[in-house]
Amino acid sequence: MQGKVALVTGALTGIGRATAVLLAQKGAIVVVSGRRGAEGAALVKELEALGAKASYLQCDVAREDEIAALVDHAVERFGRLDIAVNNAGTDGASLPLIEHTAETYAECFDINVRGTLLCMKYQMLAMQKTGGGAIVLVSSTMGHRGRPRLGLYCASKHAVEGLVKVGAIEGGPMGIRVNAISPGQIDTPMLDRVAGHIPGGKEHIAAGPPLKRLGTPEEAAELIVFLASDAASYVSGQSVAVEGGKLAS
Amino acid sequence: MSGMLEGKSAFVTGAGSGIGRATAVAMAREGAKVLCADLSGADETAAAITVSGGEAYSAALDVTDEAAVNAAVDGLVAKWGRLDIGFNNAGINIENKRDHWDRLDLFDKSMEVNVRGVMICMLAELRHMYPQRSGSIVNTASTAALSGIAGPGYVASKHAVLGLTRSAALRYAEDGIRVNALCPGATFGGMMSERHNPETLKRKAADHPMNRIAYPEEMAEGVVFLASDRASYMTGHPLAIDGGFGAQ
Repeated sequence: MQGKVALVTGALTGIGRATAVLLAQKGAIVVVSGRRGAEGAALVKELEALGAKASYLQCDVAREDEIAALVDHAVERFGRLDIAVNNAGTDGASLPLIEHTAETYAECFDINVRGTLLCMKYQMLAMQKTGGGAIVLVSSTMGHRGRPRLGLYCASKHAVEGLVKVGAIEGGPMGIRVNAISPGQIDTPMLDRVAGHIPGGKEHIAAGPPLKRLGTPEEAAELIVFLASDAASYVSGQSVAVEGGKLAS
Repeated sequence: MSGMLEGKSAFVTGAGSGIGRATAVAMAREGAKVLCADLSGADETAAAITVSGGEAYSAALDVTDEAAVNAAVDGLVAKWGRLDIGFNNAGINIENKRDHWDRLDLFDKSMEVNVRGVMICMLAELRHMYPQRSGSIVNTASTAALSGIAGPGYVASKHAVLGLTRSAALRYAEDGIRVNALCPGATFGGMMSERHNPETLKRKAADHPMNRIAYPEEMAEGVVFLASDRASYMTGHPLAIDGGFGAQ
């Protein structure tokens, strides 16, 4: 990781934040993005305190111009882009399918699918110029299974699974590896939000996976950093689960 | 910086060549003590580790010999006090996928080594890991555990390895034992070198989005990750390392 330039979207909380910290600890230069500038500045200070070079740029992945500007920023500031972690995402509205609308669809898909696609596009264009790189998407166990009231989230993460596969095939000749993680019940602010809609809340959710506990953001970050690193040099097109065994059941 | 497997003890089958050898070496590099087991060649692997300052010894072992596997694993625990990692990697690919569909003898042999052998090893390991309430097992499956790209015995046996992996993962999840599978794609060395000449390897490489075949060391890194505490929330997963092959 030493000296590699890494970009993390949705870096202000949860899995994105833990990934930015772990990348910094391993010696990467880290460009972080999110939608809240004050938190971004604080994160940069934290990463710099770990001895890393770091920079924050505001980026709402619903906006193509901001995505393009973020990738440009990384390349202009640090000379290249080696690693991109496309973690920004939304759980979307918790509704049964019969209550969803074109608007709730757009809210979810514009972030999770369109945002991921556009991030990949500008990152692959940048990586192509320097001979390659590694992209990690954040899918979900819901990219493989279904759950009531999470219809659009499930559908959007299934779409991310498609982007991983095609990204790996098209990225191969460019020297770009594309993989995803499929996190299950990771203890993040998003999980707190989802738990609010569920009887029994977080405790009920934690009892779900075979390991009978929530995962930590750091456990998801370890997998992301492995996939982004040269240790995973022949891994591409995979969606690797970090979900306490849920997908084996 | 200390290794990812510092102080852990590991049992590696198929350690005499290819992925098993590379993994035994990588585990030792990361601080593990390793029992290298194989029908032949494991002694060379153990020697390579010890001359580099690592701790290892070898056993000439047939994984279908239950008594011998039990004795080897029990011996490891007698020596090092515990068993942290089992890498059940020994396997065979003895069919020509076009011409051997009528060879029940090859099917039986494939199932015996690749499935029963893995089960015997897992049972030997779990007898120690269960009382410890900790351990990490990695079984070598294949991209043939996820598709039908080889002969019947190989494909069926590797699908079965994944089934065993998932079943064990669920059974032992609450006992501190994780069980995952490695699904290697085409990899230099070992089985691949026995089966293909350089020209066919080149053609195989072109079937992969990364346009090359893997080095066994690349498989080893995946196994080390799965075996390590860095994968503490992963169990029952088939980690495919296939250069994008399966995405097609």
